[in-house]
Amino acid sequence: MTRFEDELKNNNFVCSYCVKCEHFVWPASEFCNKCLGDVTWKQVSKNAKLVESSSKDGRYFCIAEFEGNIRVFGALSEDSQPKHAQDLILEKCDYDNSPKFVFKTG
Amino acid sequence: MNKVAIVAAGITKFNKSDKPLESVMLSSIRPIFETTKNLGQGDIDVVLTSTNANRNYFANIISELSGIKPKISHSVESLCNSGTNSLVSAYAYVSSGLADVALVTGGDKTDNPGLVLNWDMSRGEYRHPIFWSSMFTSAHMRKYGTTLEDLAYVSVKNHRNALDNPHAYFEKSFSLDDVMHSKNLTENLRLLDCSMPCDGAASVLVCSEEKAKKFTDNPVWISGIGQKTISASFTKNDDLASMESTKIAVDDAYRMSNKTAEDIDVIELHDAFSICEIIELEDMGFCQKGLGSKLVRDLHDTNNKKVNPRGGLIGAGHPLGATGIAQVAEIYYQLNGMAGKRQVDGAKTGLVHNMSAGSTSSTVLVLES
Repeated sequence: MTRFEDELKNNNFVCSYCVKCEHFVWPASEFCNKCLGDVTWKQVSKNAKLVESSSKDGRYFCIAEFEGNIRVFGALSEDSQPKHAQDLILEKCDYDNSPKFVFKTG
Repeated sequence: MNKVAIVAAGITKFNKSDKPLESVMLSSIRPIFETTKNLGQGDIDVVLTSTNANRNYFANIISELSGIKPKISHSVESLCNSGTNSLVSAYAYVSSGLADVALVTGGDKTDNPGLVLNWDMSRGEYRHPIFWSSMFTSAHMRKYGTTLEDLAYVSVKNHRNALDNPHAYFEKSFSLDDVMHSKNLTENLRLLDCSMPCDGAASVLVCSEEKAKKFTDNPVWISGIGQKTISASFTKNDDLASMESTKIAVDDAYRMSNKTAEDIDVIELHDAFSICEIIELEDMGFCQKGLGSKLVRDLHDTNNKKVNPRGGLIGAGHPLGATGIAQVAEIYYQLNGMAGKRQVDGAKTGLVHNMSAGSTSSTVLVLES
C-alpha cells in the first residue's frame, strides 16, 4: 500500500507535497508533477468546498475540493440537499480497495 | 505531410455473444478485403489494433490470423477513444511516408476491463462512469437549467436513429416516457440515458494518395486532427458543465482542416451518456453554450439525422475499442453516400468526436469526400 492509502486506513488524509514548488501533488505521487522532484507527505485540511453533488438511492454524494486543488468524490452524511460552493468538513476517511471520504456540511 | 485517405470500412453487428475477440475483429476485417478492389494481404504495411482487453501481442495475433505480415503492428489503448487514437497513429505512419497502407481494427467484448479506471483515486468509491456523468449533469442543470426531459430527448433521438443501422445493438425505439421512467441510476441519470457495453468490432483501411487510386475511386480524406489529454483523473475537469479536452481538440481539428462548425454536414459524437451529447454540441461550436438541449430537441422534432446518424453510443452500443473506428466508418459511409436509410443528403464534410474517462482526453477528426 502507498503512504496515502495507509494513512486513509487510519482515518487520516495526507497528500504528497512538494516543498520546492509549494503545492500539494494530486493525485498522490512520489514525484512532484511540476518539477518531478521528491515530495514530502503533508496533512490535508479537513475544510473543503462542495464543487458539485448528486444522489443515488437517496444518499448524497459530491465532489469536494481541498486546499484549492485536491478534488475527490465522497459521500455526504446528512440528508439535506447540498448546495454548490457550500463549506464542507471531512468527517471521516478510509481505504478499502478504494479511497472513501465522508463529509458533513460546515 | 502526405495526404491520407480512408478507402474502405468494415463493421460487425454490435451484440452480446460467445465469440472470442479474435473472431469478432476478423468479422470486421473480412468485408474490407471482400469490397476493396486490388487489395491483397501483401499490400498492408501496418496493422493497428484498438482494444481494452489487456491482450498481449494482439496486433501480431490479428495480423497472423488475417494472413498479413506487416512491417509495423502494435496495439493502441486509450480507454474509450482507443479507436481514434489508433487512426491518428495510422495517419502519422502514412503521412510521414513510413508506410503506405494501414489496417486499423478495433474491438471489445462486453466484459472488457476498460469501463472503470481503477487508478483514479480521485473518484473514491464512486468509480463507475455513471458518477462522473451525474456530476456533468448536475453542473449543466445548475448553470443552464437543463432538465431530465432534455436529457431524455437525446436518448429517444439516438435510439430512433439506430433503427436504420443494421449493426446497432438496440433494435427498438423508446418513447420519451420510456426513457423518463427507465431505472433511476442516480437522481439525474436513467438507464436509457446510458450507452451499453457490448461485443463489436470495426475496421478501416487507411492509405496514401497514390495507393488510394489503386483501391477506390471515392476516397475520404482525413483533413483535420485534434487530440488533447488534460489528465487521467476525472476531477481535474475544472468546469463540469464543459469538456476542456474536447474544446481544445476541436479547435485544433478545425484549424488543421481550415473548417468551422458551419462547414460540418454530419457528426459522430461520443454520447456515452445523454448529457455528453448536449455538452459536446455546445463545446464544438454547433450552438451557443447552454443551447445544446434546444438543438437536440430541434433535431428530434425534425427527424434530422445530422448528429449521430447510426444511433450514437446510446443507440448503437459501446464496445470500447471499436467505438471510435465505428464512428469513422459511419462518416466514411456517409461521405460516400453508402449509409442507406440513415444517409444525410449531400454530406461532404464530417466530424468524429471520441473521448475517454469523463472527457479527460478527446480526439476530433474532420473527414472530407
